[in-house]
Amino acid sequence: MDAAAAPLNAMSNQQTASAPAPKTRDIVLKAEDLTKQVNSPEGLLTIVRSVSFDIASGERVAIVGASGAGKSTLLALLAGLDTPTSGKVWLAGTDLTGLDEDGRAKLRAQRVGFVFQSFHLVPALTALENVMLPLELAGRPDARRTAREALDRVGLRARTSHYPRQLSGGEQQRVALARAFVTEPAVLFADEPTGNLDTVTGSRIGELLFELNATFRTTLVLVTHDNALAARCGRVLRMEAGGLVA
Amino acid sequence: MTRALAIALRTLAREWRSGELGVLMLALTVAVAALTGVGFLVGRVATAVDLQAAEVLAADLRLGSPQPISDKYVEEATRRGVRTARAMALLSVVFHGEESQLTNLRAVSAGYPLRGQVFVANEPFAPGEPAHGIPGPGEVWPDSRLLAAVNASVGSQLTIGSATFRVTRVLISRPDQGGTFADLAPSLLMNIADIPATQLIQPGSRVSYRVLFAGERDRIDELKAWILANKLRSERLLDITQESPQIKSAVDRAGRFLSLASLVSVLLCAIAVAMSARRYVQRHLDSVALMKTLGATRAFTLSVSILQLLVIAVAATVIGSAVGYFAQEWLARTIRGLLNSDLPPADAKPLLVGLITAVAVIAGFALPPLLQLSRVPTIRVLRRDVGPPPPLVLLAFGPAIAAVVCLIYWVVRDGVLFMGFTIGLVAFLALLAAAGGALVALAGRLRGSVGVAWRYGVANLSRRRAESLVQIVAFGTGIMVLLLLGLVRNDLERDWRISLPPNLPNYFFVNIPPDERDAFINALRERGGQPSRVLPMIRGRMTAINGRPIESLRFNNEEGEGDAQREQNLSWAAELGPDNRVVAGRWWGPEDVGKPLVSLATEFQESLGVKVGDTLTFDVAGETFEVTIANFRKVKWDSFQPNFFIVFAPGILEHVTGTYMTSVHFAPGQARSLASLARRFPSVSIFDIEDLLDRVRSVFDKAVLAVQSVFFFTLFAGLTVMMAAVQASRDERRYESAMLRTLGASRATVLKGVLAEFATLGFLSGLLAALGASIGGYFVATRVLEMSYGFDERVWLTGAFGGALLVAFSGWLATRSVINHPPVTTLRAG
Repeated sequence: MDAAAAPLNAMSNQQTASAPAPKTRDIVLKAEDLTKQVNSPEGLLTIVRSVSFDIASGERVAIVGASGAGKSTLLALLAGLDTPTSGKVWLAGTDLTGLDEDGRAKLRAQRVGFVFQSFHLVPALTALENVMLPLELAGRPDARRTAREALDRVGLRARTSHYPRQLSGGEQQRVALARAFVTEPAVLFADEPTGNLDTVTGSRIGELLFELNATFRTTLVLVTHDNALAARCGRVLRMEAGGLVA
Repeated sequence: MTRALAIALRTLAREWRSGELGVLMLALTVAVAALTGVGFLVGRVATAVDLQAAEVLAADLRLGSPQPISDKYVEEATRRGVRTARAMALLSVVFHGEESQLTNLRAVSAGYPLRGQVFVANEPFAPGEPAHGIPGPGEVWPDSRLLAAVNASVGSQLTIGSATFRVTRVLISRPDQGGTFADLAPSLLMNIADIPATQLIQPGSRVSYRVLFAGERDRIDELKAWILANKLRSERLLDITQESPQIKSAVDRAGRFLSLASLVSVLLCAIAVAMSARRYVQRHLDSVALMKTLGATRAFTLSVSILQLLVIAVAATVIGSAVGYFAQEWLARTIRGLLNSDLPPADAKPLLVGLITAVAVIAGFALPPLLQLSRVPTIRVLRRDVGPPPPLVLLAFGPAIAAVVCLIYWVVRDGVLFMGFTIGLVAFLALLAAAGGALVALAGRLRGSVGVAWRYGVANLSRRRAESLVQIVAFGTGIMVLLLLGLVRNDLERDWRISLPPNLPNYFFVNIPPDERDAFINALRERGGQPSRVLPMIRGRMTAINGRPIESLRFNNEEGEGDAQREQNLSWAAELGPDNRVVAGRWWGPEDVGKPLVSLATEFQESLGVKVGDTLTFDVAGETFEVTIANFRKVKWDSFQPNFFIVFAPGILEHVTGTYMTSVHFAPGQARSLASLARRFPSVSIFDIEDLLDRVRSVFDKAVLAVQSVFFFTLFAGLTVMMAAVQASRDERRYESAMLRTLGASRATVLKGVLAEFATLGFLSGLLAALGASIGGYFVATRVLEMSYGFDERVWLTGAFGGALLVAFSGWLATRSVINHPPVTTLRAG
């Protein structure tokens, strides 16, 4: 299903970004019959319905669909930010549904990076300190130097001591990208990373995202409305009313 | 844990730099400053008032005995760093040539008086000047009455027992001349080393031996406990509370007021912490969710939050204590002139109290929201509307309630008062919440009829129902305790002023024989005196309670024993004095004349352990009277009117030959003519309480000043705390202000809206606070301070409009900067 769903231009894009194809077809993320229901005033609401798929290490996958289709909820379930009503998720060989909240947090600290639509930078911390945060949480000794390099890589060397409110939207998202990649995660989840940005800035951020992804050989799971961005992924999963459509 | 600490400190430092911690730090610092500042001042003022009161005893403690007192007490006191002096009191006849007079001899050792001053002069009834030291060997200082009675003057030789002494000064007053009528004879001060030469001490002679103690309060308290554990049964330990009921009453009430002020500052502190902790949690929801997304465990985020808060608490305590100390020091210096003396230095106890209170309040009020914070779901990073799960009610309010309840008990240390305060507070909070909810709903309905700014402000109130309710409760409690303190202060001062008018009788005349009564009263009038009521008085001894002889009875304490065995002054009366209140039983009417009934002061009820209906047997001039206790009276001793512990119904004692007493106010100049009066009516005892009145006035003045300064200090602290609390709601308004301005509202419109919202909030809180303060004031006045309470309608105006002004002003201060910022910065920051 993955090869069939992958648009040709995405394949070529992958080649132009000179990302090496995965050597083995190791499964890094696996969803099995994933369902999420919530109580609402109208009764039980099914947001994600029996979703199953595998994502191989190094793969780039876009999850697309209309607003309210359940994309963000699916992303949350895959990243262990939320628990499914039924079904299972394996992340880097570990069954997420078998872990408690702290167990999932530890796994995220080791293997997962995030980029959000609304950037989610800590307002009280400078750009550099925001990037240092995951390193510090993981107990890395060289946090400052590594974070500085990461900011350097996204072109914000001159902005290290700025607070989020002193940065433009594009700059904030670049800081978020630096923060996401600084721990060299196995899987990077991105939730509408360009959704809050204008077209030009959005496309620049997209470039940067794929560039970093290629450099670090990260598996990318991207939720987006942006067709251009989706088109650059190796595979596109389309969601409708909580389910995947072919 | 080390990693948590490292991250906690690092993020704390960063948050500090970014200004994020400002509000929490400010609120906590102000709260601790208020608490310790009031604590320091209360401690110093209480010590000053105690010192003043201790002058009546010439010491902090006095041990008395009919036998010579062992040196072990003096040695123990010296070992503990407490000063001592010895004194003896005995009755003996003093001769000057042919003239003689029964005199109260006071023999004292060097160091006397340990508290207060002896005043002397060179001629009788003259204004005194402070004496240096005590009479030297061979010298005596007789008082004016004694000199008048034996017709002597400075330089005369007086014979006491086997020795002769030279009069070197006239004793005008000594601090311990007493507020009761025990010492009716004139007195004479002499050196204790001269006593053996007089050969007055023989087996069987009635001598009272005394040791005086004075020192720091803690040491005195410890010594007191030690003496009580080691003293003989015949030895009696007195402190100020037993010696002068008038001063004790004033000191007690001042002390209770000051405790109340401390309590108010604790509650203000709690409000500030509760409000700022809420804000802290609100602002950290995103950060914590993000940290968890990035891989932090729940325990880790919780440790980081707790460590951060702990650091903040310690920092706020240190800074707050320093601010509190310097603020009260400044105040103490300011009022020094008014006090005519320096306040004693502050001790370090309030620092500890401040730290413990800060930690307790933070633990109680900030821990539950922090626990909530660590439970914020990670999904919040994707969906901002998701907050932490609702708290368990017990977990959310349990620690806070426990913290406040413990603190209240710690401050008041009085079971009944504590229960009353706690129940009252809980009831008030419930009332605030219920009435607040109703008022908010009502405000929502009114919004159609007001302008755009008001509509926006009032709409905010009803839309943010829960928030508004929290704020009404916080502001309402704050305003209520301040109003309450203000009301009580007014009542207390008024009560004191009424009880000590300038023309209060300052001379008491006791032992007026019935056949000289009219002549004496006329003589007083000739000298410009206006005698108040002339009361009968007769000495008598209690011989049995409920038919059982006194000797066979065991009493709960020494006071009971003393009260039962001592000869008492008895009186009778048909009317209940205005300064007396019947607390049990009923006062007699015309139909009870001649019935064997007696009324006792409540002090006797406690010490004798008797109840209404019990019978007492008295021996009065050889005649036996068996009377039934008809009622107990609470006597306001600080009214300074003649009052008796034991009052009979009329028609029982009249036929027994007694004497009369009366009291007069003499201006200082008029008193000199009393020397001739004393000569003309030798059997009448003149009792000068001007000195005691001065002393009590001085205690009252200090107490009033203390109450005023502590009140204003607490008020100021309260206002600052409230402002800090308003700051806590600042974020909620930021975004909306920016939005409104983006939509085209002028800054003035937005500002008006904010002011409308806060003013309405303050008005509603103030209205409820006035209700709470009126009811609370009644209970505090009547139950705690034991005085009458006048409902003051001005409290409603002060509460409602003061509240509106105060909260609106604080709100304006808090949101001013937000409104002045370009909206784009606020909107961009989200």
